[in-house]
Amino acid sequence: MAFFLETLLGGLMAGMLYSLVALGFVLIYKASGVFNFAQGAMVLFAALAMARFSEWIPALGITDFVAVNLLAFVLAGAVMFVVAWIIERLVLRHLVNQEGTTLLMATLGITYFLEGLGQSIFGSSIYKIDIGMPKDPVMILESAFQGGILINKEDFYAAIIAATLVALLSLFFQKTGTGRALRAVADDHQAAQSIGIPLNRIWVIVWCVAGVVALVAGMIWGSKLGVQFSLTTVALRALPVVILGGLTSVPGAIVGGLIIGVGEKLSEVYIGPMVGGGIEIWFAYVLALGFLLIRPQGLFGEKIIDRV
Amino acid sequence: MFYRENGQFKTSYRADQQILPILQDRIAMLVLLVVGFAVVPMLASDYIFRAILIPFLIFSLAAVGVNILVGFCGQISLGSGAFMAVGAYAAYNFFVRIDGMPLILALLLGGVCAMLFGMVFGLPSLRVKGLYLAVATLAAQFFADWLFLRVQWFTNNSSSGSVSVNNLQVFGLSLESPVAKYWFCLVLLSVIALLAKNLVRGAVGREWMAIRDMDVAAAVIGIRPMFAKLSAFAVSSFVVGVAGGLWAFIYLGAWEPAAFSVDQSFKLLFMVIIGGMGSIMGSFFGAAFIVVLPIALNLFLPAITSLFGFEISTASVSHAELMVFGGLIVWFLIVEPHGLAKLWAIGKQKLRLWPFPH
Repeated sequence: MAFFLETLLGGLMAGMLYSLVALGFVLIYKASGVFNFAQGAMVLFAALAMARFSEWIPALGITDFVAVNLLAFVLAGAVMFVVAWIIERLVLRHLVNQEGTTLLMATLGITYFLEGLGQSIFGSSIYKIDIGMPKDPVMILESAFQGGILINKEDFYAAIIAATLVALLSLFFQKTGTGRALRAVADDHQAAQSIGIPLNRIWVIVWCVAGVVALVAGMIWGSKLGVQFSLTTVALRALPVVILGGLTSVPGAIVGGLIIGVGEKLSEVYIGPMVGGGIEIWFAYVLALGFLLIRPQGLFGEKIIDRV
Repeated sequence: MFYRENGQFKTSYRADQQILPILQDRIAMLVLLVVGFAVVPMLASDYIFRAILIPFLIFSLAAVGVNILVGFCGQISLGSGAFMAVGAYAAYNFFVRIDGMPLILALLLGGVCAMLFGMVFGLPSLRVKGLYLAVATLAAQFFADWLFLRVQWFTNNSSSGSVSVNNLQVFGLSLESPVAKYWFCLVLLSVIALLAKNLVRGAVGREWMAIRDMDVAAAVIGIRPMFAKLSAFAVSSFVVGVAGGLWAFIYLGAWEPAAFSVDQSFKLLFMVIIGGMGSIMGSFFGAAFIVVLPIALNLFLPAITSLFGFEISTASVSHAELMVFGGLIVWFLIVEPHGLAKLWAIGKQKLRLWPFPH
């Protein structure tokens, strides 16, 4: 039982990290109808920027640990803002009213571009981000179970950061004027435009928010795994989360992430040994597929209505 | 001036329905075939065969397959790499485990296995649509990656799934020289492309296109969505599977599962989009573009940068390659979302009027 709980908790925390990446997908899809394959590249780009800035800043004479990280975070955020602005300016503006597949392909192009650009500017070796996350595991509930439950502190803090970010985002969406405008655009582009909401600015804002989400995801994943090219595959791990939760739902991304995280860990522990292990990745997809067969629009997605 | 169909009257239904209704097109196709089969092998060097021509032929075949599914039936697939992998490994198993198995039969049987695999992973398309389906097809990709890496039986108990074939023969003729490989690929490509062209012109092809354009409306006028979608998945993954077999047997010779990774799937999708969705001809353009682009970049980038007076390292070249590749794709989508095939069609239309403006 303790072992089961341990796996379950590990899965839940891993799931929060997936939701973080998935959130980036959902935000952009909701506001612009673009399925943004470049989210993974954005995570890599942001993490590279952050890692390199935190290496370069101490050379300027600032050595305080918190100040360095804060400054690196702000600078990386600024870089992501520029990236978002350029993407809107050069790509999206010219592809208004194109089909979903065309937009999907365009973001695939952006993916390649960002991967190349990020590595040209920031270098392509493995860098590390140190934001002071404790690495040692802790035992909890030692009184309830024999031996207690082992929890990775790093994952725990990461999950808390992710949860905070989600809470902040929902506040931003629900309570601010900009958030209301974003929701309006998500509901209906034309109607939003007709009451005077500037679509282009909204898109820049959304891509910025997605960039910041990518930055946070990159920071956490980067401090966990190291900043390197393979960080882009994190996006592929998060895709089943997105379709499971529904492309248009922020809570869906969270719940989907938790389900996928738990499903992956449990399957790896209980089914994996029977078939040779390493089933995490495709199991997530098959799990998502199973849910899709029952609800084709994902758990919380808007119902897809076909009209002739 | 030369490209006019004036005076070419059709007097029978057969004449009206042929693949190339204009005489000049037929002549051009004939010339193309002669050039492809006879002239090119005389002129090309071994390097050109290995680096450009053979990959181009095999990717064209794969792109034709993907185009049937994505371009004609409108089901976006990101799992094409998996179908290639299944084709390659199934052909390998038939080839190695059965004594005296002819190469062509092994490749075709590999295609059949890919077809079955494709149909199983095509089943969700009956219920899931659009972007959701695109992501769902990634399941096939990751499943195949895992299958050939972890399940030893499929790879004849070799570690990490790396296998190799040698001593390939067709009807007693050795397939070792680049020219022989080229001919073999070209024959297979020509036959399958012709079959595919006829399929998409026929009743099945029309059903696919109806489903692509509006599946609910198609179902209302009596087209069976299940039959249309699954047949598109079957034909597409068969063709892609054969292409996978060719890629592994003829081009690589020795390969491991990473040869058919998700990158391969993206590449195939790029070919279809850049070449033109819903056009067999476009698949060839797209394949040529994607095969030649990285080679051209590798060749010209160092030359261009040295013009400006600074050296560029190999790593920077590969990064710049990624950037140019991505940039070109975006640029293409903005300038011509219907692909190279559309440009070709516009060119033909202009040619009919040439040298007059109207």
